[in-house]
Amino acid sequence: MILVVDMNWKKNSLGLNEFVLPIITIAKTQDQCIIKHFLEVTNQDLSQFDSVILSGTALKDTATLSQPEKFQWLKETEKPVLGICAGMETMSVVFGMRLIQCLEIGMTQIKMLKENPLFREDFKAYSLHSYCVEPSKDFEVWAKSTKCIQIIKHKIKPIYGALFHPEVRNPELIKRFIVLNKS
Amino acid sequence: MRLGVLFSGGKDSTLALHYAIEKEEVVCLITILSKNKESFMYHTPNIEISMLQAKALGLPQITKTTQGEKEKELLNLEDAIKEATRKFQIEGVVTGAIESVYQAERVQRICNRLGLWCFNPLWKQDQKALLEELAEKQFKVIISGVFAYPLDEKWLGKQIDTKLIDRLINLQQKYGLSPSGEGGEIETTVLDAPLFKKKIEVLNYSVEFKGNSGVFIIKQARLVSK
Repeated sequence: MILVVDMNWKKNSLGLNEFVLPIITIAKTQDQCIIKHFLEVTNQDLSQFDSVILSGTALKDTATLSQPEKFQWLKETEKPVLGICAGMETMSVVFGMRLIQCLEIGMTQIKMLKENPLFREDFKAYSLHSYCVEPSKDFEVWAKSTKCIQIIKHKIKPIYGALFHPEVRNPELIKRFIVLNKS
Repeated sequence: MRLGVLFSGGKDSTLALHYAIEKEEVVCLITILSKNKESFMYHTPNIEISMLQAKALGLPQITKTTQGEKEKELLNLEDAIKEATRKFQIEGVVTGAIESVYQAERVQRICNRLGLWCFNPLWKQDQKALLEELAEKQFKVIISGVFAYPLDEKWLGKQIDTKLIDRLINLQQKYGLSPSGEGGEIETTVLDAPLFKKKIEVLNYSVEFKGNSGVFIIKQARLVSK
């Protein structure tokens, strides 16, 4: 079972349709899914799930970035986590990385930097973000666009981040993440 | 949140409007009247009917005309959104985009420049499910434009019901047509919807069909009680 965390500023927002439901459409081809808003997630809940996906949000939505304390469970959990866009940004803040302003809207060329189980070759992806992350000692950088880091992986834990939106043009990333981490 | 809906009067923007009203405050419609029948950005057949639809919805409407030149037409859209911000203090914009990255990214850029939220509540949703939702919720939607083989003049003016949805899905399987017309294969006009206080009655129309494309032109219409 997969937990998809709704990262939008409020529960049942207009952003749910756009940023969470498309992930569910892809993830449910691999396993059962449950949606929870980020304010409702606790460490105890996580035991019933095989993996966790943090959704993206509207470009102007910075609610999760201003409340990193709500995501302390990310540091404690051993569960596999995939953070998408705002999900990756929030995850990065929780792990002490710095965000910098970086706007990308539209299709972006992504270059693979390291052999990895999610993608083998360079590809194009849909980006919609105002921030990117700076490199950190805890995370490996797996892919970049000309402007910024696009895929990261925690050096020890099964924690992944994709700054682009794989649910738009690269559903295989979500499927591979689920298959890779199925217990 | 005060929102303006980019409204063409077709099924997608009308459904997006219904989604938006369920969750936020929709304060105006924003409509671009394109003179280019092959616009990349905007729905074109019967766009003038959108004014009647706005009346039926009881919502104010901002309209701007564009010559429809690629990219320049975006400046007209930006002007319309600016006017909506000035007149109705909108904080965000809603579109009916389902699959088109081309449309979505251009509206996202405009909203970002103007400091507005941008929502696409139909984004990536299953096209068959969306068509079925329209039929279930008693939207009266007719096909007002066909622009791809094997769609012909017999489709023009037809109402989208469960039978027609099945036929569109068959064409998707056979010819790869997008059933909701996301690739510009079909255009639609909404004559009635749950939030319409009155419905549109078509009094006079004409059908034009040439080669592999055609339009159902509403020449005269009026609002009648439901």
